[in-house]
Amino acid sequence: MTSSPGPTVTAPALEMRGITKRYPGVIANDRIDLTVRPGEIHALLGENGAGKSTLMNILYGLTRPDEGEILLDGEPITIKGPSDAIARGISMVHQHFMLVPVLNVADNILLGAETMANRVFLDRDEARRRIRELGQRFGFEIDPDETVGRLSVGWQQRVEILKALYREARILVLDEPTAVLTPQETKEIFAVLRRLAAEGHSIIFISHKLYEVLEIADRITVIRRGRVVGERLPAETNEEDLAELMVGREVQLVADRGESHPAGVLLSVESLDVGDDRGREVVHGISFEVRAGEIFGIAGVAGNGQDELVEAITGLRRPAAGRIRLGADDVTMADPRQAHEHGISFVPADRHRFGMVTSFALADNLVLTDYYAPPYARRGVRDDAAIAARAEEAIREFDIRTPSATVTAGTLSGGNQQKMVVAREFDRDLRLLVLDQPTRGLDVGSVEFIHRQTVRKRDAGTAVLLVSAELDEVLELSDRIGVMYRGRMVAILDGPTASREHVGLLMATGGQETSPGAPQGAAVPGSAPGGTRA
Amino acid sequence: MRIDLRVPLARARGLIALPAGAILLAFIVGAVVMLVSSPLVTGHFDPSLPLRTYAAIVEGSLLSVNALVDTVVAATPLILVGLAVGLGFKAGLFNIGGQGQFLMGAVASAAAGAALAHESPIVAITLSVVAGVVAGAAYGFIPGLLKAYTGAHEVVTTIMLNYVGIQVISYLITGPLRAQGASFARSPDVQNAELPAFLNVGTGHEAHIGILVILVVVPAISWLLYRSTTGFEIRTVGANPDAARYAGMQPRRLVILSLTVGGMLAGLAGAIEILGVSGYMPAAYATNVGFDAITVALLGRATPGGIFFSGLLLGALRAGAPLMQVKAGVPVQMIDLLQGIILFFLTADVIVRYVFRVKAARAKLDELQTVTRSYGSGTGKP
Amino acid sequence: MLTGLFDIPVLGLVLQLLDFLLNVVTVNGPVILSLATPLALGAMCGVISERSGVVNIGIEGMMLASAFSAWLVASVAAQAFPAEPGFFFGVTPALLIGLAAALATGVAFSLVHAWLSISIRADQIISGTIINIVAFGVTAYLDLLLSRTSQPSGGKFLAFAPPQALLDLPVIGWLFRMVLAQGPITMAAIVIAVVFQVLLFRSRWGLRTRAVGEHPKAAETVGIDVIRLRYQNVLAGGLLAGLAGAWFTIDFGTTFQTGMTNGRGFIALAAMIFGRWHPIGAFGAALLFAASGALGTAIRTTPPPGQLGEILTSIPEQVFSALPYLVTIAVLAGVVGRSVAPAADGQPYEREATH
Repeated sequence: MTSSPGPTVTAPALEMRGITKRYPGVIANDRIDLTVRPGEIHALLGENGAGKSTLMNILYGLTRPDEGEILLDGEPITIKGPSDAIARGISMVHQHFMLVPVLNVADNILLGAETMANRVFLDRDEARRRIRELGQRFGFEIDPDETVGRLSVGWQQRVEILKALYREARILVLDEPTAVLTPQETKEIFAVLRRLAAEGHSIIFISHKLYEVLEIADRITVIRRGRVVGERLPAETNEEDLAELMVGREVQLVADRGESHPAGVLLSVESLDVGDDRGREVVHGISFEVRAGEIFGIAGVAGNGQDELVEAITGLRRPAAGRIRLGADDVTMADPRQAHEHGISFVPADRHRFGMVTSFALADNLVLTDYYAPPYARRGVRDDAAIAARAEEAIREFDIRTPSATVTAGTLSGGNQQKMVVAREFDRDLRLLVLDQPTRGLDVGSVEFIHRQTVRKRDAGTAVLLVSAELDEVLELSDRIGVMYRGRMVAILDGPTASREHVGLLMATGGQETSPGAPQGAAVPGSAPGGTRA
Repeated sequence: MRIDLRVPLARARGLIALPAGAILLAFIVGAVVMLVSSPLVTGHFDPSLPLRTYAAIVEGSLLSVNALVDTVVAATPLILVGLAVGLGFKAGLFNIGGQGQFLMGAVASAAAGAALAHESPIVAITLSVVAGVVAGAAYGFIPGLLKAYTGAHEVVTTIMLNYVGIQVISYLITGPLRAQGASFARSPDVQNAELPAFLNVGTGHEAHIGILVILVVVPAISWLLYRSTTGFEIRTVGANPDAARYAGMQPRRLVILSLTVGGMLAGLAGAIEILGVSGYMPAAYATNVGFDAITVALLGRATPGGIFFSGLLLGALRAGAPLMQVKAGVPVQMIDLLQGIILFFLTADVIVRYVFRVKAARAKLDELQTVTRSYGSGTGKP
Repeated sequence: MLTGLFDIPVLGLVLQLLDFLLNVVTVNGPVILSLATPLALGAMCGVISERSGVVNIGIEGMMLASAFSAWLVASVAAQAFPAEPGFFFGVTPALLIGLAAALATGVAFSLVHAWLSISIRADQIISGTIINIVAFGVTAYLDLLLSRTSQPSGGKFLAFAPPQALLDLPVIGWLFRMVLAQGPITMAAIVIAVVFQVLLFRSRWGLRTRAVGEHPKAAETVGIDVIRLRYQNVLAGGLLAGLAGAWFTIDFGTTFQTGMTNGRGFIALAAMIFGRWHPIGAFGAALLFAASGALGTAIRTTPPPGQLGEILTSIPEQVFSALPYLVTIAVLAGVVGRSVAPAADGQPYEREATH
């Protein structure tokens, strides 16, 4: 530690002054000032696209600012690249972890800051020793030889933090560190962060979750559209105040989903087993039902079998055992085309990978799942006029911001791309709507739009299956909530009455710690046998 | 001719500017190579060699009716195999097996032609062409099947099949298909299966009816790709196989289909060469058509219209090559080298932009990402 | 000892075949290892490049061009500096100069590949194809021009002569003959495979290479220069391809023929995949492919006696000529699904800062 210990901690560890970064058509950062003191947890609050990431990329040397200066311990510095930032004690934990899954923990930590036995070879023994030591000091012991790809996201995050500590970072930037964690894991990470701050590390905590920011931060800077719009102390503010600062208008923190009026069971999944790409069974005997006119949310930490379950229902993956029924039809072995024709619509999690063809025109993307049938084609020949007419209609109705229907989909913004997918999948004759992470990475406006459309579909009598790693989204929209843990549906709860803490606990532990008979949320009429802990 | 009216004019301009620049630069580099190697060609340093070489190529490919016919005859297989390669690109596949598919088509039509040598021309020609098309299709089907069901990358399997094809032909022509009494190993003459000529008959520069096939095939492939739903599926698989699966298409079927249709086109080209040009099949058929076709397809950006024009261009180079060898003494291998350099500048379009100050947008083949993405790790699972 | 069982129908034939195969391998061991050399070096060229995320299908062209320049330069140098073959591997100044020319050619071509695929982010398979076409064109063109003047050979390296006592050892003598009675390039290939394997998994360079091939962005965020590392690896691959090329014209043979690599660069790629992107594994796969080639030769030159011999000699020779290619296809079809390429293989890397 270079700064002198003691109570005189008012000198800033890091100062960013007048940082400006322009991209063609937008100003990502507009004269941003940010001051971080030693031992401080400083929250940077803003919605997606507000300019938080650009600012941090500038600090980390991944992007050059057009204007402005950075001062470290009062000294002006220029940061030429990540290695420069690391050398000056600045480390970053990215939202999408920067870990190599096939390498083990030690190699991931060593990478770029190798402990060498001689000029050529690594000293892995010494590295392991130091990693264990660091882990003990900060309260989490980790096996340096475990392959990172096999760790849970919570532990991968700890590896990221260890990476920073191994490099003796003094300033630690965490970009949306809780996005993929359960409330319990979040608590654990917060404890680690507090400990780091107590040892004199400065922490920049980037988030758009208001309650978390209020809980962890010593100071909060809010940015909107590339500008600092306010600085607050947690004690002097509240969620409403921060939300208004962040979005620039009054926002409804909870979507008005209204009462649901479910009809009969539409989707019924019985004892479903599904394997992953490597043939390992990752969904074990799942049973649940979704009724027409309700939103059934699936909560769970990413990687607990949700992807495979969704793929099995939408026909992208063959189940190993069990049955899937849609109304009176057995769709267990349906392929994607058959599922589509049975009235299953699917908004996939990774829209770039599955939901669209970026090099195709917007119009072609709007008929991606319906291109083969009238009115868009007859006897194998496309009807371009019908496709163009459909595009005009969808652009109007779903407010897709685009210069024309012929531009390639890749040139649209993320929000408009998702609106395009939503237009295609929502606006047809359908019975079941499967939404997988439908609002990931979108701005507040698009999120509100998609949530409103989802509720509208529900009220029109569609069965909706919503999968999201964002617990808040599941809680906000669902009429009933199923919790997945290690490939099993460990509980099915009533949506409006389910508590964050309780669902979080189930996500983290599968409810193993609760003894049978302990409260499991309100029992739901019509939930299938085996729907609660198997 | 109506080819691809769907492509907007602005894009067309961008498509032409870069290839034209690349060709020009390649000719300049080719000239330098000829200058440097001129002592080996003429025995002394000869600054006029490049000019004489290019003049000979132009004369042999453009400056007479005979030359023009030669160009079109040489372009015909290049366009057909170029379409085979281009169709593969559209489906996200790199079909380097045009060579093998062409040769299998050639040997099959030679065999059929020899067997039907005394049937009526209509029967003999039809069946011989069908034999070539079927053989080419079969030879395209194999790598398609391997790719779809085992993930074996088509770049390696098609090249391996090219080498296997050489052995198959060597066996057939030196064995069961060998013509009695011929001075070297070759198949018998196809006689009645020979494609009739309609221009320059008896001059050695005949225009046979096979070249007319182009007028049908190019628009047909264009229609398939841009007007039919199957074409939409092929293009979707090529641009994003996961999205294709999500959209209910069948990537495996489409991979097999694209390579099989490609094989048909290459087999057709082989049949036309045998029935229209040589009249028999030798044991070692010297051709570079499979690799020329890659240049043709890339130069034409994998669109049928583009392939038509780039095929004519390369056909001109091939047609002019013999006169180049005679008049300037430069080996025909110069054409191979020129092609490689054209491809280089086409890919390194930054150089073309820098030299000619071209501002056209970068016209990338998005489907190519799939070619490389699927490399070594197989296609997406159903 | 098995011969007594050879008369049993079918099973006897299988045993005869096994006996024959065993014989081919032991007797032809040194030849197989030598024939495996360009495949192994080519495959390792692929490994070093692809481990850092750059697909290289231009190995064929790099080998061909290097073979040509090794031959031409050695030939010219032999006239300039005539010398008796040295005691060690028959080294002459001309051969060393030829070898250097081959290495330089390999690096030059790989520099083109690196620039196209790393700097301007062209499609890597197209880039490799360009290398192949240009290499074929330029060597065919020059070879034809040179053949008009009949260029003399520059000679070739000689095999090492290990002590006879070692070769006469019972049971394992053939192994010594196989490994030690080899030219310098083959021996170098063995050493390179071992050293490369160790470095890849134990050195800083190896760790960084694997990280860059799997997740370049993660590597960049810890301060590793992805572009530079990829350049280094592709150029090092060029050295290996150059060495492989030299094998054709100044180690195994003494002349150049147009297109003489005959698809070995692509077989090498299959060996790389079969060897799961491990240097030692690639070497092993190369041995398998080389053995399949040697089998055809052995059947033509020294067919086994008896019923098996009759059967084998009745098979057209073209079948055996096609065998290495067919084996390559079979291996690819059988193995590829279970062999996982580095995750970022073939993906151009773009720094975030550029936009």
